Amino acid sequence: MTINNRLILAHLWTAFAAFGVAILLGLWQMWVRSPLAAPLSTPDNYYLSVTAHGSAMAYVLTTFFIMGFGYFVAESALKQALPAPRLAWAGFVLGIVGTVLVVATVLSGQASVMFTFYPPLSASPLFYIGLVLVVVGSWIWCALMIVAMTRWKKANPGTPVPLAMYATVANAILWLWTTVGVAAELLFVVIPAAFGWTQTVDVGLTRTLFSWTLHAIVYFWLIPAYIAFYTMAPQAAGGRLFSDLMARGSFILFLLCGLPVGLHHLFMDPEHSSGFKTVQMMLTVLVAVPTLLTVFTVTASMEIGGRLRGGKGLLGWIGALPWERPMVLATGLSFFMLWFGGFGGLINMSYGMNAMVHNTSWVSAHFHMIFGGSVVIMYFAIAYHIWPNLTGRLAPSLVLQRAQLWLWAIGMMVMSLPWHWLGLSGQVRRVAQFDYADPSISWWAPWMIMSVVGGGMLVISAGMFIWNLVSFHFERTGAAKPGPVEYARALHPGVPVPAALNGFVLWNAFVLVLMAAAYTYPIAQFFILKPPQAVVHRVDRTP
Amino acid sequence: MAVDEISAVQNERRWALAMGGVAAVMLAAIVWAGLGLHMNPPSNIETVDPNTLHVAGEFAENNLGTHVDSAGKITTRIVTTQFAFVPECVVVPQDMQVTFRLASPDVIHGLIVVGTNVNTMVVPGFVSQVHTVFDKPGDLLMPCHEFCGLGHGQMVAHVRVVPIADFRPDGDGRVTCDN
Repeated sequence: MTINNRLILAHLWTAFAAFGVAILLGLWQMWVRSPLAAPLSTPDNYYLSVTAHGSAMAYVLTTFFIMGFGYFVAESALKQALPAPRLAWAGFVLGIVGTVLVVATVLSGQASVMFTFYPPLSASPLFYIGLVLVVVGSWIWCALMIVAMTRWKKANPGTPVPLAMYATVANAILWLWTTVGVAAELLFVVIPAAFGWTQTVDVGLTRTLFSWTLHAIVYFWLIPAYIAFYTMAPQAAGGRLFSDLMARGSFILFLLCGLPVGLHHLFMDPEHSSGFKTVQMMLTVLVAVPTLLTVFTVTASMEIGGRLRGGKGLLGWIGALPWERPMVLATGLSFFMLWFGGFGGLINMSYGMNAMVHNTSWVSAHFHMIFGGSVVIMYFAIAYHIWPNLTGRLAPSLVLQRAQLWLWAIGMMVMSLPWHWLGLSGQVRRVAQFDYADPSISWWAPWMIMSVVGGGMLVISAGMFIWNLVSFHFERTGAAKPGPVEYARALHPGVPVPAALNGFVLWNAFVLVLMAAAYTYPIAQFFILKPPQAVVHRVDRTP
Repeated sequence: MAVDEISAVQNERRWALAMGGVAAVMLAAIVWAGLGLHMNPPSNIETVDPNTLHVAGEFAENNLGTHVDSAGKITTRIVTTQFAFVPECVVVPQDMQVTFRLASPDVIHGLIVVGTNVNTMVVPGFVSQVHTVFDKPGDLLMPCHEFCGLGHGQMVAHVRVVPIADFRPDGDGRVTCDN
């Protein structure tokens, strides 16, 4: 059982509150873009809404969920108290103050720069300071995760760190590396410009620094889902983790390959050479490997569960799985969406094919399918899985949980499959309104309406999710008490784990070498070339 | 379950090798497309001062649009600015190599010519250069695809692809949508 339940619940409820508001904005945005007449539909409102939706989903939902889940894993997997819970609360408060600053500046129209805030467009400095505070709060979490693992290793010499915690620390270290780029961009360029201390910015440099963060951040979001795949789903299915060693290897590969790949977001940019774009494209291809390894290991682990439950034949074990358990169902739905999201991603990262889809709805479709679909559905499943432990109450209704998960997956397909076609047909993202009277795009109309319907399904599913969690808190405590969360045992427990797969020193050295090779020149070139700078354009002041 | 950890890891390793093979095949296809089919994104790293580009030189207003030089090389120059393309319509010939050169005096813009693989960011401080051949005649939409401010959605231009017979440069080698 975990001790700091209030700390964990505070983080997770903050995450899901932001999610609940942001998803309503998302539906309204789809409505505005569609041929249906939407209320309050002006470009000002639309760009304000897109900024709020992106910031809430990409920064608030993710960061607070990952921190809360990390604290849960640190206590439940290591079976020890969290070191310095006061510090954890301090990190939480920093994150809340930061979030309030972001929300206040966005809602007052002072920060309609999108969650990617590309200079020379510039918002109120408080927007950026808010983002910095959220990141600094998460750095405290990173430090606490590393300290928790180090203490446990000292107290348990010769025993491998439980996989769930090993993966959580991998994510903490990945996040520390990831945030270096955006922190440098904000502190050295964007914030001084927002305060008016500098009048011009080197646009190429800021894009390059942001790209450092922009891809690895998605692995930060994704790793909790993978922790659930490896350590919760096999347990829920009655199986065993097929190979603990390979699982560790996958998380290390994410740490190594997730970082030196950000330039693939800049394929269509004029400020980088074909050479460095190609190098980072090749490293991007490698990121597919840990995902494909995970598909294999997790499928094998589930197969063990299916066969132990009497499943026979080549595929008979699939039907024998306990699909009525939300964690098993969510894993199946997540894998299904992963194929679509992964396929879209392969097109995006293809050096030449990217030109067909760059900055179109295809890209929005890809990251909604893979993040909103595959990853967030696992956030739901994790919440359902650990809420009994956090509240001391059994789930009021598994039927509603399953219905919510199904509706989410179907809604995500209905909403984002059309975006793939539309993007391929040249529909650009982040545009408030289209002229459907133009005969060349009038055929988009029914597909856009289909997306609105999908968005509506997602909103209903999100409402059910919040309801499902809230109803835990009001459930009468009966005689039956939930047991503690158990993590999947390895098929072969007690296999000696090499020191390299039980720590991160070696891998940090590798990351340093890879990042130096991938980013030294692409960043240094701006100091050698000294390209002409662009004048800062404030969005919150009329010129 | 008569598998021990060693054989489990061996199975995983075989799978990893197979997946490495899949990745290598994809990589080979991408490299082949890049080198063999010249599917190369804009990567020219050529700087231009966003604060003065409209005053004189290549991106001065009288030099924008499509121009055929004495060697027959066709170049279309466009300035992307808040919230319009200058010019808002350009003419290009069908089935001939065309080079787009773009620059921005203010913020980041981007463009896609709908239905083609012409796609680039326009980053202030740099010239974006794209080579292409249009294989069908017609009026193609060219929207801005990077958020550039509140008027972003209004920023749409057209590329008019005409058969070679209808592509008639004037005495200075210029072709516009008006003539």
